Amino acid sequence: MTGLLVTGIGVVAPTGVGVEAHWSSLVRGEPAIRPIEGFDTDQYGVTLAGQIRGFDPKAFVAPQLMVQTDRWTWTSLAAATLAAQDAGYEAPEDAYATSVFLAAGSGGNEFSQHEIQGLWAKGPKSVGAYQSIAWFYAASTGQLSIRDGYKGPSGVVVSEGAGGLDSIGWARRVARRGTPAVLVGGTEAGVTPYALLCQATSDRLSTATRPEDAYKPFDRRANGHVIGEGGAILLLEEPGAARARGAQQIWGEVAGYGATHDAHHHEDPAPDATQYARAIRLSLADAGITPDDVDLVLADGAGVPELDALELEALQRVFGGRATPVPVTAPSSWTGRLMAGGSALNVATALLAIRDGIVPGTAHLDDPVDAPGVDLVQQNRVQDVGTVVVLARGFGGFNSSLVLRRHQEEQAA
Amino acid sequence: MSTTGREGRRVVITGIGVVAPGSMGREGFWEMITAGRTATRRITFFDPSRFRSQVAAEVDFDGRKLGLTAHEVHRNDRFVQMAMVAADEAVADSGLAFGTGGADDAPDPDRVGVTLGSAVGATMRLENEYVAVSDAGTHWLVDPRYASRFLHQALVPSCGATELAVRFGAHGPATVVSTGCTSGIDAVGYGAQLIEDGDADVVIAGASDAPISPISMACFDTIRATTANNADPEHASKPFDARRDGFVMGEGAAVLVLEELEHARQRGAEVYCEVSGYANRCNAFHMTGLRPDGIEMAEAIGLALDQGRIDPDEVGYVNAHGSGTKQNDRHETAAVKRSLGPTAQRVSMSSIKSMVGHSLGAIGSIEIAATALAVKRGVVPPTANYGVPDPECDLDYVPNTAREQKVDVALSVGSGFGGFQSAIVLASPTRRSA
Repeated sequence: MTGLLVTGIGVVAPTGVGVEAHWSSLVRGEPAIRPIEGFDTDQYGVTLAGQIRGFDPKAFVAPQLMVQTDRWTWTSLAAATLAAQDAGYEAPEDAYATSVFLAAGSGGNEFSQHEIQGLWAKGPKSVGAYQSIAWFYAASTGQLSIRDGYKGPSGVVVSEGAGGLDSIGWARRVARRGTPAVLVGGTEAGVTPYALLCQATSDRLSTATRPEDAYKPFDRRANGHVIGEGGAILLLEEPGAARARGAQQIWGEVAGYGATHDAHHHEDPAPDATQYARAIRLSLADAGITPDDVDLVLADGAGVPELDALELEALQRVFGGRATPVPVTAPSSWTGRLMAGGSALNVATALLAIRDGIVPGTAHLDDPVDAPGVDLVQQNRVQDVGTVVVLARGFGGFNSSLVLRRHQEEQAA
Repeated sequence: MSTTGREGRRVVITGIGVVAPGSMGREGFWEMITAGRTATRRITFFDPSRFRSQVAAEVDFDGRKLGLTAHEVHRNDRFVQMAMVAADEAVADSGLAFGTGGADDAPDPDRVGVTLGSAVGATMRLENEYVAVSDAGTHWLVDPRYASRFLHQALVPSCGATELAVRFGAHGPATVVSTGCTSGIDAVGYGAQLIEDGDADVVIAGASDAPISPISMACFDTIRATTANNADPEHASKPFDARRDGFVMGEGAAVLVLEELEHARQRGAEVYCEVSGYANRCNAFHMTGLRPDGIEMAEAIGLALDQGRIDPDEVGYVNAHGSGTKQNDRHETAAVKRSLGPTAQRVSMSSIKSMVGHSLGAIGSIEIAATALAVKRGVVPPTANYGVPDPECDLDYVPNTAREQKVDVALSVGSGFGGFQSAIVLASPTRRSA
């Protein structure tokens, strides 16, 4: 059976607005991690982030909607618009035929901080009418379904960094139960004073001040990660429905998915990568493929030495028996970790790699750790990419793995 | 076309745990709501005098006295703590021996999932900590020196699913579901789908919310969604009554153990009911507004019944969203009439929010717990504080007194900000060969 097809991609990320802007920035290795703009970070010990430059929300969001929503929702609405444009998708007559199933991580941070500050500094009457709809984790999904008239079964899942992949896993259940088109993925907007502080308490953020020293997954000098904002929203369609409406473009096929939880500790990962490896195996089995069939892995790339080592261990367990080591890259090293938006963005990147046969290298991977059985991609590489495994982990032990495959027309028959 | 994932895999409820206002545990909750007693009161968590709505249904909750360790209490927001306590009760009730390695009733850890709903997650902790790091809103740039080291968990509510997974060694798929006020129905619906689709045999599914904090009260004040009936807190929540003037904020948690039917049968588990159908639709209309016709909720109800191959006339009880706002109760009455047809005129329909308030995302699971108990025990909880009929709400709302009634099929429905409309169908195991 052919899986759901990706027919549209919308990117709003530190690497750019629009899927081609993102790809060209990534392939050219343009630095998207820079000193934080917008507020003074002196007291945080964290000074870098992947912020979206050149994003004009007014180009995507009506003025009356902008005042009701957080920057997080602006990026979601923009990414959804871009995905629908990319797919040439217009809401079908049956409003129930389209679902919105997004991942969320931290909600409407800046909006909420502003309202809570007003409440405590000035009193309850200073809280505006839109706090109740701007902050909560379902805000972007709700606004998107309303703006575009989508009445299908919609949802919001939260599994920290794994969320972008998990939204696709849940979308498959929605499609299996009869809804032919689902918008998936998600964005994040947590580069704000309070949200940055919250994330910093994880002790996983790099305090380096130069981008080349900060977020270095799989490097011997890895010392934490850099946060970022944005993400991607993608349109998934059931193959028959995509064909019936004459979809012009098929980015690829969602071939397999697996998710597990370490269930080990409230913050520390399990010490043996058993469940992470199991998630990968589940996704391969779901896709009906073996480790040998995989051309590329987009890693979670935590940038924390212990977490990187566990990811390599999981990869070795699954792919270690191959004749040639599996190529592994961590594109989030270019953008920072976008929480729920990051794994969604990696799905977009994987599909671009399939299209162009280019594997973007991992940023600032100067001195790779020992990784037997794994081919860490340092520099861009030209190679045929037909099948990609995208990995993501969420703080606390969420492990998710997604298999994407180049779409073969004959399989769709 | 099949409307479920895999034919043949059916889902039953084998354990229930509840943390609700005004009561202790599942049995205290059931005793309270069938007695028609209300748990709404003047807010005690903070001085509410500057707020428009000063009433809430608070839980007298002390995690330490309910089995949590000092560190579990220290690192977790109240919503996670309540979920942990409810989950402990549900798991004990199910008889499943988690973590015993080799016991007959120990499920395969790889086949146990977690779906926890929450509308607003750790909002209480986020606000309290913000007050500390901003010196009560004095500074936009917050001071890390005063921050708890568990703020990342507070920022991202998936920590709640993690705590439950760790607690029971559940290595299957885990997630937090956050669809606003339908979170508690959707979390159970997703949990059932995990089992139907063959990705788990047991799912710890439920929801928790602890929103009785100044920012939550203030944000509902400004849109006048909550009651201003501060003079009579015990009778402030009046679903379907002509005098209703908004919902009463609540808090709490409920967790269910969902289990694949054969899995439950093989270990001889006591079954409360089957989860026969679940559906969710969006109204694509307005973040907070509802059209009076209830079309999308009716659509969700119809689909949920179809999944279980259940005719509308088999429904004996509707556990209503019944928040007590003008528009909700009218909308929902229309949706039930539209989906159940003539059956709507004779079905028993009640809102336990009249007694335990509206705990946002948690209430969906608390209401499923109440509905499952109604099916199992043949008693329908009432709508308390019902006195003055509203011509637009003209169904049988089981006024004020519980009703003994054999219930073979029950519906629980929910409606939330964002336009989400959800429905779940619970059926008695004796209805057909379960």
